[in-house]
Amino acid sequence: MAATTTTVHSAGPVTGSRSFLDRLRDGDELARLITFVFAAATVLITVLLVFELWTGSVLPRHKFGLDFFLTRVWDPNSGDFGALPFIYGTLVTAAVSLIIAVPLGIGAAIFLAELAPARVSDTLQFFIDLLAAVPSVIYGLLGVFIIVPMMREYIQPALNNTLGFIPLFTGPAYGIGFLTAGIVLAIMVIPYIISVSREVLLSVPRDQREAALALGSTRWESTWKVVVPFARTGIMGSIFLALARALGETMAVTMVIGNTPNISASLFSPGYSIAAVIADQFTEATGDLYLQSLIELGLVLFLLTFILNGLARILIVATSQRSGGGH
Amino acid sequence: MLRKLSALLVVALATAVSLYSQGNLLINGAGATFPYPVYSKWFDEYHKAHGNAQINYQSVGSGAGIKQVTEGTVDFGASDGPMNDEQLKAYADKHGSPILHFPTVLGAVVPTYNIPGVSATINFTPEALAGIFLGRVTKWNDPIIASANKGVNLPAKDIVVIHRSEGSGTTYIWTDYLSKVSDDWKNKVGKGTSINWPVGLGGKGSEGLTGLVKQTPNSFGYVELTYAAQNNIPYGAVKNSSGTFVKADLASVSAAAAGVKDMPADFRVSITNGSGKNAYPISSFTWLLIPSKFSDAGKGAAMKEFLKWSLGDGQGLVEALSYAKLPKDVVSKELKAIGQIQ
Repeated sequence: MAATTTTVHSAGPVTGSRSFLDRLRDGDELARLITFVFAAATVLITVLLVFELWTGSVLPRHKFGLDFFLTRVWDPNSGDFGALPFIYGTLVTAAVSLIIAVPLGIGAAIFLAELAPARVSDTLQFFIDLLAAVPSVIYGLLGVFIIVPMMREYIQPALNNTLGFIPLFTGPAYGIGFLTAGIVLAIMVIPYIISVSREVLLSVPRDQREAALALGSTRWESTWKVVVPFARTGIMGSIFLALARALGETMAVTMVIGNTPNISASLFSPGYSIAAVIADQFTEATGDLYLQSLIELGLVLFLLTFILNGLARILIVATSQRSGGGH
Repeated sequence: MLRKLSALLVVALATAVSLYSQGNLLINGAGATFPYPVYSKWFDEYHKAHGNAQINYQSVGSGAGIKQVTEGTVDFGASDGPMNDEQLKAYADKHGSPILHFPTVLGAVVPTYNIPGVSATINFTPEALAGIFLGRVTKWNDPIIASANKGVNLPAKDIVVIHRSEGSGTTYIWTDYLSKVSDDWKNKVGKGTSINWPVGLGGKGSEGLTGLVKQTPNSFGYVELTYAAQNNIPYGAVKNSSGTFVKADLASVSAAAAGVKDMPADFRVSITNGSGKNAYPISSFTWLLIPSKFSDAGKGAAMKEFLKWSLGDGQGLVEALSYAKLPKDVVSKELKAIGQIQ
């Protein structure tokens, strides 16, 4: 009989023929347990967050009910609160930022991944990573000192003169407002789109490009018609990452949006977003109804992000099933 | 050997630290941002003069200060607007004894503007101020403004109104004044740290507001006197209840406090639109909120000592920071009221 026994354990699931303590003494089970606790902790934190937001907004939920989503008034003095201007502002600024950032970002990513020499691509990627790391307050300062005057003096009057027949570009040019906030958000969000899309495009297998070229397509045709569709799900993922940042951005938005709970068809008009109003008014909120209304706005933002992320998931799953070869 | 030595060192250090902190009394307060420069100077100077007590102050905002002192997470609070009856009752219910207000310094809110081509000081009547912020007076050359400014070439441009976006004591003082001079404002909007502004863009903080005013032509906003003085921002004069156009400075702000006829025993009084020939009408006290009963007798005694110091030596330090001193009769009333703290 050998003095020592060596047992070989498989990497697969452990069956119940050995006791839990025996299995725990193996590294595998312990590792599984610990990593499961970590994963469960993230779910637990999310659940706790929603729970706290829900219980912390009791008063306005009972007082306003669903009217909270339809009221345009935000009056701390008379105790009348409504979320509509803030939801509108959040969605409009996010939409403007995506409309600007998505074409620019994907175009830049295509250039960096497909058309630029490797050294140029890597150098530019370094700068883009730097841009992504800049704190949002700096973008706010950039907005206030550079973009706002530029908007007020040149861009808004020019848009008014050329496209003024569209209601989007009417109204006095203050420099701050939905459009400026959207532009600042676009600048903040482009690095995310470029980085992720570039990675995804680079990871498209060479065979795909070579096959397209072999069939006689031009360089651009192979890029646009073969490589990009192959990487479609990854690119969409980057867009939703950008959207998540744009929805939650606080400091940069509050410095350039004008902080007025306003719903207006014009992009030149000042507005407010959910994150901006919570950051602005939370510390001085006197009275329970006021404070809890701000907490309910937090819950609304969470729901908004949740719904949009859910849609993202569904879209990604649907397109990857259809394309049958995407990542 | 080394391990035992380092363990001993850690224990010795810990004991030393705990002994040191027991010798020093630490008092925590939180509240208004407006008097933060003068409070931080006071607490620093007081600690140098009387080494035993260390007072730590966080400028989180008047509303948060009131909340935290009611909750009991801090030992005292500070607010630019006095606590209302509801808040007083909430405190008394929770702690079983009332909370006391002690005015510390005087501040003022001034109208600031940016009209290209106009460098003169503009005179504002109460009607003009209320009209502009209600959105009724829309152009700079409106007769309501022009009639008080003969000789100044006001342009026929739209006024861009700028207010504070976040809740602020400055807004409270400004809207308190407007509520007193305009029934329309009082009924439509009211006063508060955060209100439903009829018109205007929101700037975040005094820096945000003055930044917007500086950048936007034909704009109009309001800012604390201390901020305007320390940053050389031009501001206008306001007509007081005696009919004189007064530009805010330390003398006119102190005059506003001196004009209070009956100071209530709890010092919760609004001095906006007060009487006095040279009084600046948009002035206000700022208050420390001190519990009448401290659970820790040492802290109570230290707070009393500090208050006495702030009403004496402390007042000598405020004018350098552009805050106005308290008038003498208010100081003597407060010294008597300190006796209420246990």
